[in-house]
Amino acid sequence: MSEYLPLVVLFILSTLVAAIAVALGHLFGPRRPTERKLQPYESGMTPFGPGTRRMPVRFYLVAVLFILFDIEVVFFIPWAVVYRKLGLFGFVEMLLFAGILEIAFVYAWKKGALEWE
Amino acid sequence: MDWASLAEWTLKSFALIFALLGGFAYLTLFERKLIARFQVRIGPNRAGPFGLLQPVADGIKLIFKEELIPAQADKIIFILAPIITVVPALVIMAVVPFGPPIQLFGRTISLQIIDLNVGVLYIMAIASVSVYGIVLAGWSSNNKYATLGGIRSSAQMISYELALGLAFTGPVLLTSSLSLAEIVEAQRHIWFVLYQPVGAFIFWISTLAEVNRAPFDMPEAEQELTAGYHTEYSGMKFALFFMAEYIKMIAVSAIAVTLFFGGYRGPFVDQVPLLGPIYFLLKVVGFLFLMVWVRATLPRIRYDRLMAFGWKVLFSLALGNAMLTALGVLLADMFQNSLWLWSIPVTTIAFFLLVAYLMRGSIAGGNR
Amino acid sequence: MIYPLQVVFILVSAVTLGAALMVVTTRNMVRAALWLVLALFGVAILFVLLEAGFFAVAQVIIYIGAIAILMIFAVMLTRRIAQDPGPQLNSTWPIAAVIALLVFGLIVFLVQVWDRAASLPPPLPQGFAPLQELGVALVSADRYLIPFEIASVLLLAALIGAIVVAWERK
Repeated sequence: MSEYLPLVVLFILSTLVAAIAVALGHLFGPRRPTERKLQPYESGMTPFGPGTRRMPVRFYLVAVLFILFDIEVVFFIPWAVVYRKLGLFGFVEMLLFAGILEIAFVYAWKKGALEWE
Repeated sequence: MDWASLAEWTLKSFALIFALLGGFAYLTLFERKLIARFQVRIGPNRAGPFGLLQPVADGIKLIFKEELIPAQADKIIFILAPIITVVPALVIMAVVPFGPPIQLFGRTISLQIIDLNVGVLYIMAIASVSVYGIVLAGWSSNNKYATLGGIRSSAQMISYELALGLAFTGPVLLTSSLSLAEIVEAQRHIWFVLYQPVGAFIFWISTLAEVNRAPFDMPEAEQELTAGYHTEYSGMKFALFFMAEYIKMIAVSAIAVTLFFGGYRGPFVDQVPLLGPIYFLLKVVGFLFLMVWVRATLPRIRYDRLMAFGWKVLFSLALGNAMLTALGVLLADMFQNSLWLWSIPVTTIAFFLLVAYLMRGSIAGGNR
Repeated sequence: MIYPLQVVFILVSAVTLGAALMVVTTRNMVRAALWLVLALFGVAILFVLLEAGFFAVAQVIIYIGAIAILMIFAVMLTRRIAQDPGPQLNSTWPIAAVIALLVFGLIVFLVQVWDRAASLPPPLPQGFAPLQELGVALVSADRYLIPFEIASVLLLAALIGAIVVAWERK
């Protein structure tokens, strides 16, 4: 546990530096808000409609695909560390694992889930 | 608790943070000067000799700028988002060694904040967290361009993270370790880029997308999204987003140098340890130059093509590269002959050309 | 005797539980997702306290970096993010409270009678490399090879399901 302490120190100091930077802007910057200034910026036009709208389902699907293949990538790393001990057996195992996931990849590709119209 | 160690960690953390902040300030000048040269201009030259005080002037100006928080914004998240963006950029370098250990005041001081035994995964973890600042900045602004820009760039970042993660497996397969210090040590005789030319290429492309640099600078696609996720930000908060982007440029260059280009290794490093950080800096500056050059040369890629490229080409390439590297390592171990490692560049480059041939026209040339 | 590790553990657990409570009580869904991220991060720190570095980073990469991002994207698909006018409790809440108290009491009882809960775990043997152990265990036929390979089938099924549900309109 104690070997992680330098990291804790770095995290605290980085957060402090970032917070001080934000605080500096708040302390020294002038603040003269008007109603117009506080409207959402839409290139000078009067903003219409709500600021946040519903996002296309496309992004959701990308996130789902990402989770699945991210898990695959995370499995690759411990396998790669011990790979030289495993030899041929380890190679075949990963080929099988990655191969099954590649079926998923090809399926997504053929279904057009990777297209962006 | 040992007070001397605590002092050492604090000093090293401060040194890293201030090196990155200084690096950020002068990287902006470096980039503006270089872009100016590429465009046959002179670039900033008024503040100080050769414009060397320009970053200072910019910083002071930004502190005294008015900051707006839009009336409809989620104020807490709006203020937190720039901080959440900067902190990962500052801490991602913690596992990168800057030089061999040095002797100082009777202590052996490693030029590295922490040598984690899961160093490579630590980099992946911090990279995956850095999506949050951007998506939150976009959402909390309550501005349609900002929201769309935030969600677009977060989708881009997660898509390229896959190829990035797979590109890490090459050096890990060759060294059997996740510690960056050991990966550098394993490159004592030969840089991994020679075994992993395609891996290094994939790594570099996906880090360009990961830090939202040209030609993948979707959030800054000003023609369509004004300024993307930081449209509503001004003053120091805007400066923090800017800072995060440039610090991430430095960080990914440093990581690329460490994984594929021998890190701090170079001639005479074992005799003169202080040469280590100098070689490291020179290599990092080389990568930064490359990034600026790419920005000056290539136009921005369209979003649909960007996503198609990341998923279809880069991910397939990265997977093939990982498996072919594993095959080469296996052959070298089976025949007890490290010459077999040279099959990796041959097979991976052949695979690269095959993918490039199969995908020709379907990404950049097609109508869709 | 109070060890510094125990203080850290109690603090981290308190933050994790508090964040988890905020997830279910806050009415703004994006903020709820953010509280969830804090709770997941607390769990990652608990893994660090157990000297399980790989699980800590895997927790961050998969849960914070992928699953919570998916949740934020999902929240952004919905129409009402900030205001949720409905009541937060339904009529069965007393039953749920009783069951929760019973489970809590049972856990307290089990910890009381379990003698090893009162002592610190023994330190890991010298030279023990958890990551290498895990890597070997994942592909050893007598350990977790079958679950490992089945995981890929599970992921394949999940992907097909996601595409069928979210994308099967064309």
